[in-house]
Amino acid sequence: MKTKIKNVINLMFITTPMLLISGIALADDKKPVLDTGDTAWLLTSTVIVLLMTIPGIALFYGGMVRKRNILATLMQSFTITCLVTVIWMVLGYSLAFSKGASSFVGNLDLAFLSHLTVEAINGTIPDSVFVIFQATFAIITAALITGAVAERMKFSALLLFIGLWSIIVYSPITYWVWGGGFLGSDGVLDFAGGTVVHINSGVAALVAAVMIGKRKGFGTENLAPHNVALTMIGGSLLWVGWFGFNAGSALGANGTAGMAMAVTQIAAAVAGLSWMFIEWVHNGKPTLLGVVSGAVGGLVAITPAAGFVSPAGAFFIGLVAGAVCYWGAAILKPMLGYDDSLDVFAVHGLGGITGAILTGVFAVEAIGGTAGALEGNSAQIVIQLKGIVATILWSGIASAVILFVIDKVIGLRVDADAEAEGLDINQHGERIN
Amino acid sequence: MKMILAIIKPQKLEEVRQELVKLGIEGLTSSEVSGFGRQKGHTEIYRGAEYDISFVPKLKIELAVTDEQVEPTVEAIKSAANTNKIGDGKIFVYDLTQAIRIRTGESGEEAL
Repeated sequence: MKTKIKNVINLMFITTPMLLISGIALADDKKPVLDTGDTAWLLTSTVIVLLMTIPGIALFYGGMVRKRNILATLMQSFTITCLVTVIWMVLGYSLAFSKGASSFVGNLDLAFLSHLTVEAINGTIPDSVFVIFQATFAIITAALITGAVAERMKFSALLLFIGLWSIIVYSPITYWVWGGGFLGSDGVLDFAGGTVVHINSGVAALVAAVMIGKRKGFGTENLAPHNVALTMIGGSLLWVGWFGFNAGSALGANGTAGMAMAVTQIAAAVAGLSWMFIEWVHNGKPTLLGVVSGAVGGLVAITPAAGFVSPAGAFFIGLVAGAVCYWGAAILKPMLGYDDSLDVFAVHGLGGITGAILTGVFAVEAIGGTAGALEGNSAQIVIQLKGIVATILWSGIASAVILFVIDKVIGLRVDADAEAEGLDINQHGERIN
Repeated sequence: MKMILAIIKPQKLEEVRQELVKLGIEGLTSSEVSGFGRQKGHTEIYRGAEYDISFVPKLKIELAVTDEQVEPTVEAIKSAANTNKIGDGKIFVYDLTQAIRIRTGESGEEAL
């Protein structure tokens, strides 16, 4: 997307003097034109990216918790979809995408989306479609975090955290990369949100898991997933929706979207096999949870790279991502002892970091306009690292502060009895029978 | 009259039922249970997290028989449920003092 904006800007700079010289009226040529093909694809992409959260993430996570917590887990994703949409409409979009003078955060010019009209165009698509397409990204990023605090966080504290996080963390980081902020202008490549969505949510998840503490019985009791079948359905919806996420981020129905789709499919497939075979050798059995987790890790890692790398690049990104995400969940987590319950950091944090770095390695100039280290531009890796570090710092520190304040005011977790009883009954007064 | 209670492997229920029907047994009750014996449990691994599952899923079947039917019934269950591997289960036999068919009020062996 960044490249697209850059191209438009370049085009303006190059063509404007030419037009002035030739004396052709500027107004006609500069007037943005709506493309129906692009619009149709972005309408479709928006719908399937929403499907990634409800019911994608909801089921992916819901299957991994114990039976007494499934409704609470489903409810978190669904309510976050409602809550973040409202925040996005009120001020989130404006903070992320208004063209302010600051390189850190947007202003409130677009608050309440008062600028939207039927005719308003963003690139070649209606501005209204762009706003809601981006809303689905804001939603899934927030929903991803819930996996880290599953089975023990108070619903009230979760809503408060997600609401504040979306405003204080998500919108500014989106602005840095895509809204005209300092990371985008520094040349950080993040096609569809490896940094904005995945490193961001993964780091916030790790901080939240550490601050809220381990689940009761972690390491001693059986906390096994109650229904991996649901997780497989959710994971599959994520995979399907990811085409909207990555190919949709081309913001048009074009060759870039097609290439993004191709590399997305390849990376997901390779990473699924990569995790599965490593697990097979390491633990003796290939698991459904493993192959699905690996595929999601591959999808995460290809997200920043999708518009920039070739199928061969995607193959290697998938291969590495499957291994790194498995290592994060099965080896790093027990080694450090934190209870990131559904491995949000391992899959999204580490998968996102892997993807962001490897985008700098495998970027192909002929595909996305920027060369990576393999084409001699090793400086791109440094630029990518800058994006990673900035995101880790802001997401990590701001998330910690928000959680600290909420813990002091209302407390982050339910009491031990409620946790044993399960969040479904205790927090929501419902259960599956 | 005797009550026969057997713990068997779930996949053996149908074979056991077929053998018992051949003997003229007219009813039995089965329930899904879990427990442990010499077989011990197994290990499940989810994303590297190992859980020891000590309670293994089994089926409990219960049937009331006449004294003459006890021996052939036990033999039938013993042969049909046997896989010759650890965890095949156990059979218990105990005295039954009364049996009543609710619909007709018949009691004793007539109610079996």
